Parts: sequence; structure tokens; C-alpha cells
Amino acid sequence: MRWSLMRGRVGSRGVGPVPEGAVRFDGVGKRFGGRSALRDCTFEVPRGRVAALVGPNGAGKTTLLMVATGLLRADEGRVEVLGADPARVGMPPGASFVAQDKPLYGTFRVREMLRAAAALNARGRWDAARAAGLVEAAGIGFDERVGALSPGGRARVALAIALGRDPELLLLDEPLAELDPLARRQVMGAVLAASAESGTTVVLSSHVIADVEDACDHLVLLGGGRVRLDGAVEDLLAQHRVITGATEPDGAVVHGSRFGRQVEALVRGTGDGEPPTLDDLVMGYLQAEDGRVAAAGAPS
Amino acid sequence: MRFRVERRSGVPTYLQLVRQVEQALRLGALQPGDQLPTAKAVVEETAINPNTVLKAYRELERGGLVEARPGRGTFVLRTLARPASEVDGVLRVELEGWMERAAGAGLSVEDVDALVADARARRFEGGGARA
Repeated sequence: MRWSLMRGRVGSRGVGPVPEGAVRFDGVGKRFGGRSALRDCTFEVPRGRVAALVGPNGAGKTTLLMVATGLLRADEGRVEVLGADPARVGMPPGASFVAQDKPLYGTFRVREMLRAAAALNARGRWDAARAAGLVEAAGIGFDERVGALSPGGRARVALAIALGRDPELLLLDEPLAELDPLARRQVMGAVLAASAESGTTVVLSSHVIADVEDACDHLVLLGGGRVRLDGAVEDLLAQHRVITGATEPDGAVVHGSRFGRQVEALVRGTGDGEPPTLDDLVMGYLQAEDGRVAAAGAPS
Repeated sequence: MRFRVERRSGVPTYLQLVRQVEQALRLGALQPGDQLPTAKAVVEETAINPNTVLKAYRELERGGLVEARPGRGTFVLRTLARPASEVDGVLRVELEGWMERAAGAGLSVEDVDALVADARARRFEGGGARA
């Protein structure tokens, strides 16, 4: 367990400094029957970051989030969320999770849904004014039926409830799926406002990198159940280049593609070539064989 | 002050914010003493990362244009607006006359842009293509 000496905040249990990582996975594995959903997953999301958990459908993003919330138990490895093991303590009180299907009671009116959320959170922190304020800011009426709301409206209510817990960590599974572009902007705006205002750490999963690339400063890339990349976006981009030439360049080639007579390669290192976009980085690592850096001279 | 982020422009987002504030200062839309929008307000509107806003504001602070006052916000220190002068008016009239002649000679917008960019680079940046 790593303790940060720079942050002197007392942890919620009242003893000692707060661990620097909000979410830490160490060699985590999870199997369903014979199938490995997560394999040797190691990553750390530092506090205060807005982290994107990115990967194709079926990569294991939902499984990973459910292990982080204690809804699933890892078969291997260590999981640490806000300093505690969710398999032992369940959902850490400082964390909020919004599952992809945005679980709300469809027949409830919005005000009843908020009352239910307050009751379900009676033993923890619950900021009724904040939750109500977020619903109001979304232009949603308290008398509307939850089931009659648009997908964007349901997302805003689910998010209002998650933030009503006043969480230090917000976990969101595909929060933008099924939302129109305006709703996507508004939901991301509300999530980022929470980060700006309270320093809430955010981990949100998405299979569309374009949706999240301006919002996130940390990336965890999942492919085939394995972590392919983990780091601050700024650092990851600075550590890679895209080189175009007649042959594959020397050095640590992540993935090369041939386009007619040209080879375009994502390379780990600095110097020649162009800085990659986040899309270049994600696509390069997802296509690299087995997540390992390909040997120079052999186009993948 | 409303920010517009152009995501595919190739210009880093924080730099776009810096330039938009400088532009507002030049045009007088922001005056000394005005408060810049909070990071929260900016990210709510644009869905960019809060650190990007903070980075832009730090850059403006380094340039002496704004000042962060803890607990209260970030405030404009000085303007970039030049006092209006006679020369400005004459320059504008000459420029519009030149545009008229360029259009009359059959130049397209792209031709005009290329000529202007080159002349400007030679005078202001020490660059430009050889004629």
C-alpha cells in the first residue's frame, strides 16, 4: 500500500494520510466458467483524475468496474478502492457507481426517486439539496415519471443520485451510450463540474474514444481482458510518435500498418515523426499482437 | 465570456482558451477587474477537463494578464486593447481598398489568405516564402 506524503488529508477512517491512488488493481484476474474476462490487470488511477476506461465491447470494462465496486469478486490479484478492499467491505462509502442501464424505478416520479435514494443512503452521506439541484439544473420536473424521461433525462437523474452521495470517487459504466450529442455534452459537463468543484475522482468507461478524449486526463486501455495502457494522457502522448516511411522504423514499434507503399507506425519513444492522437494510441495498442510491442522490421 | 473549443483544430485546447481570453481583452469584451468564468462553469459548458482550464488560467497569469485570488476566482489585471488612433482608421480604409482591387483582379479568398499570410510572415515573423 502506497502512502502519499504530499497529501496530508486524514482518511475517512480518521487515521493517517490518504493513499494516493483512488483505484488500484494489481494482477487482477476474473473468470466466468472457463472464460477469462480479466487477466493480470494492473493499473492505478490517481486521486483527482478524470480517467477513461476504454476498450472494445467485450474487453472487460463492465467486469472491471463491477470488481471495483465489490459486486464481483476477483479470482486473483489485489483490488484497492479508496484504500479498502471492496470484496471485504462492499461498495466503499466514498464511492458511487452508475451502471450502464442506469437503474432507476420507472414508475416512480422523480421526487419519489430522490426520496428513495435518500432512504437507501440514510446511513451514509446524503446531500438532498445537491441531488435536487442537479435534477433541476437538467431541466427535469420533479413530478415527471422516471420511465417517461428521455435516455438523457434518466442519465441526469442517475447521475444526480450518484453525486448526492457526495462521493470522492465516481464510477460510470458507459454513461454516454444511447445519448444524443447534446445529452452527451450535458452529462459530461455535469460529471466534469463535479470534478472541478469537489475534486471527485472519475472513472468512466466508453468504447468510443472521441466521446471522452477532451474530458479525460488519465487513460486505462483494456483489450481482451488485459490492460494495454495505463497512464496520464499527457505522458502517454509525449512518450509515443507516429512515423511514416517506406519501411517500418527501427525501435520499439507498437503497431505498423501498410498503406500502399507507405508504412505508418506507432512507436514508443521520442524524436522523429508526429505526436500521436489519442485515437492513434488506442488503435495502435489494440491492434498490437497480444499487447506486446512488435519486433522491428516485421509489419504486423 | 463564453469559450468555444474546436476539437479537431490541432491547437491544444488550453491554448485555444488562452487566445480567446487575449482576444476578448483586445476587443475590450473583458476589462480589468472582470472575473473569468470558474473552471466549473467552463467545463460544464464545454465538457473539457478542469485541468485544461486551470492550465490556461495559469498561462494567462504567467503573462501578467490575470490574477488568481484563492477562494474568490481569477480576475483580469490588464487590458490588451490599444487606444483607438487615427492610424487605425487609415489602415482599415487602405486595407479595404486593397481587398477591392484584389477582388477586381480575380483573386479568390484562398489567394488573398496566402498573400496576406506571406506578407505578414515576412514583416512580423521574419519568415515567408521567397517571391
